[in-house]
Amino acid sequence: MTPVLAMAAVGWVMILAAALIVAALVVYLVQVIVQLRKITKGLDETITSVGEILEKTKPLNTVVPAINQQLDAGVDLLEGLLVQKAGLVDAVGLVDGLYPGAATAGFRNFPESTELQAPRIGEVYTQGTLTLARLGREAPIAAGNPAGPALRDVERGSLAARELYPEVRQTKPQTMPRSPVIGTDAPVQYEQRDDIGAPRKRLPQPNPS
Amino acid sequence: MTLWWIGDIVLLVVVLPVVVYLLRGVLNAATSIVPSVDRIAQAAAAGSNDLDAVQLLLTTQDQVEKTIATAANYGGSLDVILDDARA
Repeated sequence: MTPVLAMAAVGWVMILAAALIVAALVVYLVQVIVQLRKITKGLDETITSVGEILEKTKPLNTVVPAINQQLDAGVDLLEGLLVQKAGLVDAVGLVDGLYPGAATAGFRNFPESTELQAPRIGEVYTQGTLTLARLGREAPIAAGNPAGPALRDVERGSLAARELYPEVRQTKPQTMPRSPVIGTDAPVQYEQRDDIGAPRKRLPQPNPS
Repeated sequence: MTLWWIGDIVLLVVVLPVVVYLLRGVLNAATSIVPSVDRIAQAAAAGSNDLDAVQLLLTTQDQVEKTIATAANYGGSLDVILDDARA
């Protein structure tokens, strides 16, 4: 091979190698660009959603503390009223009747309430009474009763109240002794006393001498 | 002349494979990012949808204010009606 031809062959091989390298760069970089475009598109969607999240959660910083402040005031009010009217011991028992075990937590504004022996008021008071008290104890209104039945079960509430009375009315008898009929047309007429309507008896005048 | 041939061989046998190897690594990394970004986008969209109810907190705040005001009124009345507990 003459030097000229050999030089030309070396040059062509180098050109071929360079072309292969450029081709590899093009093929791979184009694919990388495609993938990066997908990533950009996904990040754009993500940024849009994150922006929506930021926009939607913007009122939380003001609304939630305000709600908590209102509820704290309500709890303070109702706890204070309950303790004032029922006394601390009975109040703890009442709350413990609503939420078994709550007596250990006590009242927020009465730290000494955690050290009391809670009376078992839940076994004495009616369900309706406990329900009224529950509304002031950080419970969601209309939440299910942890004891089971519905809160506004009339039969259960009245039954609990009836059990406080003697047995006669509790069993709902069909007939009960009627109240006596009085008046001129009453089936039983009693003898009229002579002294009714007569002048009041007077004691004899004392002798002035 | 020999050095030229050596240079050609190095170019074809060493440089080209190294370039291909590196480019393949970049491509694999970019490809693996795409599903993760898609999942993040879906999670963000779902999170945004879940927060649609946050606006209702304004109504909740209003209702809480009314409820507490009503409870305070009842409390005031009860305070008048009921005697305090005996100390």
